[in-house]
Amino acid sequence: MTVSAQLYFLIVLFSLPGVFLTSAHARIFHVYPNAKQNLQETIAMAGDGDTVYIHQGHYFSGNITVKNQLLIEGIDMPVLDGNLKDEILTIAARKVIIRGIHFKNTGRSSINDLAAIKCLDAHGIRVENCILENTFFGIYLSNTDSSVIRNNRLEAFAENEYQLGNGIHLWKCKNALIEENEIKGHRDGIYFEFVTDSQIRDNISNENMRYGLHFMFSHDDVYERNIFRKNGAGVAVMYSRRVHMYYNRFEDNWGSSSYGMLLKDISDSEVIQNQFKGNTIGIFMEGTSRTLFEKNLFAMNGWAIKLQASCDDNVLRYNNFSGNTFDISTNGSLVLNTIDSNYWDRYQGYDLDRDGVGDIPFRPVSMFSIIVERVPPAIMLWRSFLVFLLDKVEKIIPVITPENMQDQTPSMKPYDIHTRS
Amino acid sequence: MLRLIKYILYDILRNRFILFYTLFLFLSTYAMFQLDSDTSKVILSMLNIVLMVVPLVSIIFTTIHFYNSYEFIEMMLAQPINRSVIFMSQYIAVSVSMSLGFFIGTGTPMLIYGIPDAGYALLLSGFMLTMVFVSMAFLASVITRDKAKAIGMALLFWFYFVLIYDALMLWIVYTFSDYPLEKPILALISANPVDLARVMLLLKLDISALMGFTGAFYRDFFGSNLGIYFAMSVLILWVVIPLWLSMRIFRKKDL
Repeated sequence: MTVSAQLYFLIVLFSLPGVFLTSAHARIFHVYPNAKQNLQETIAMAGDGDTVYIHQGHYFSGNITVKNQLLIEGIDMPVLDGNLKDEILTIAARKVIIRGIHFKNTGRSSINDLAAIKCLDAHGIRVENCILENTFFGIYLSNTDSSVIRNNRLEAFAENEYQLGNGIHLWKCKNALIEENEIKGHRDGIYFEFVTDSQIRDNISNENMRYGLHFMFSHDDVYERNIFRKNGAGVAVMYSRRVHMYYNRFEDNWGSSSYGMLLKDISDSEVIQNQFKGNTIGIFMEGTSRTLFEKNLFAMNGWAIKLQASCDDNVLRYNNFSGNTFDISTNGSLVLNTIDSNYWDRYQGYDLDRDGVGDIPFRPVSMFSIIVERVPPAIMLWRSFLVFLLDKVEKIIPVITPENMQDQTPSMKPYDIHTRS
Repeated sequence: MLRLIKYILYDILRNRFILFYTLFLFLSTYAMFQLDSDTSKVILSMLNIVLMVVPLVSIIFTTIHFYNSYEFIEMMLAQPINRSVIFMSQYIAVSVSMSLGFFIGTGTPMLIYGIPDAGYALLLSGFMLTMVFVSMAFLASVITRDKAKAIGMALLFWFYFVLIYDALMLWIVYTFSDYPLEKPILALISANPVDLARVMLLLKLDISALMGFTGAFYRDFFGSNLGIYFAMSVLILWVVIPLWLSMRIFRKKDL
């Protein structure tokens, strides 16, 4: 008994000094599988500032509601199994910390958003080092401010979109930090709605059924150094202002409605030093205003950028375009954006004064991309001699491509751009 | 037959054109590898050679060769040899030398620099196009007795398949854009060996773009084994049918 008491003391000393300072009489509870007092009862009994250790084992405890400020920590990854029926953990308290627990098999429902961890009107929640497997919704925060979700692994396996919820779902939150998570196979990897002043960093969101990241009405957020790969429809950022996107990677998002990044009604934002590679459409922009695109890398995409005529006052500069089937395509002749000083691998001009800037402007919209925009099946004629001739003629005498869509100062050499490696 | 093929091959080698052709392919491929470090871009540049130069050279050279060896053919016909044997020896000798020239010319730089991803597909389509256009050249040659006419017809074949056909297809696509066009376009593509070879390569090179609206259909089709077999058998038909037609004409022809 004394030995284990010492052990607990050590654990307490090293792992949670913060919590203990708040409460002088914090108690510590231990839960084992098949013990007399089960997990549910223990958590109901624990009060503010208490700690609950869940020891290794498999727990089928139904829905657990946390109503007090607790630290719940798993020892050697205990498995909390929802038995495909229940929501596992429901949190309605402040400053709850969840660490090192393996959540598994939540129920599925089309009425309730069942989740492995759901926070309702909570505050300052931390979810760290957890594994979530085959859950409907993974981590669900509703009206919960100042939360941290860090270093979790989420994976869902359902076949159809209606059987899936979102990996990390935030609704009406502020000051959230989503960091170093790995999300796979969910409907949306990370879902933000009415979430402001938050950060999404270093996450990997792969192979989700719909969007890797889905962003609605969420202002003043930053997302950086994330990787979004092979998602059903890429990443969607909609109806938001002042969104900052740095050092992200968007790769291999394939499909007719699949975008590396979809920007719809975005304004005053920044897209800097991101890498778009191998997507059907790198960036699709609609109703986007006053946004800066700088030092991004567009390589091997079908369309690097689809710039709809509803976009205005955007600035595209110092970007590298190489190996894309089409660099820029548009649906109208009105051009209200500035495209300047980019590097285009298709540029065939010359630089007589050797200042590194091409002497004749580059037209990034090819005639054939306009034809394909109007009649999509025409794509099958791409790289035929006929198309080559058409593009050449159009370059000399522009007839159907927007005349003002041009880069006046194309760079002769690619920029040295540092993206997330 | 073997001895006949040997004589014809010797004759072809003697006029050195094949050597120049091989050297030209070798130099241009080599130069492309030298100029561009990105191998997928090299394949893109070579695509134009394979889709335009290879068919052109194949069809023109074969036509000229046929007329140049007219006297040889006439002499052989005086011997107790079956006409189809003479004709097939001509075809085999010409197509073997042309495709060898193509393989050596484009293959060697690839071996030196490492074969790019789409390299095999490129070699295969170049080979098939050589076979197809050699066979078309024989058709053009046996139809008429006049050399100039035959060359004109060969050029017309080339123009039609490389340029005119695509223009017609674009026109059809534009006119019927309100209808689902995937399957009709697939049929149209199959009716042109150059387009078929191009689409097979397109699926290797522009896969991200093709994943868009209609491309996914073609990718599913040509990406599967069934699609590859289909494309290959259509290309083989494009070799066999003109060859068979020209042999039929040649057998009954009053030379």
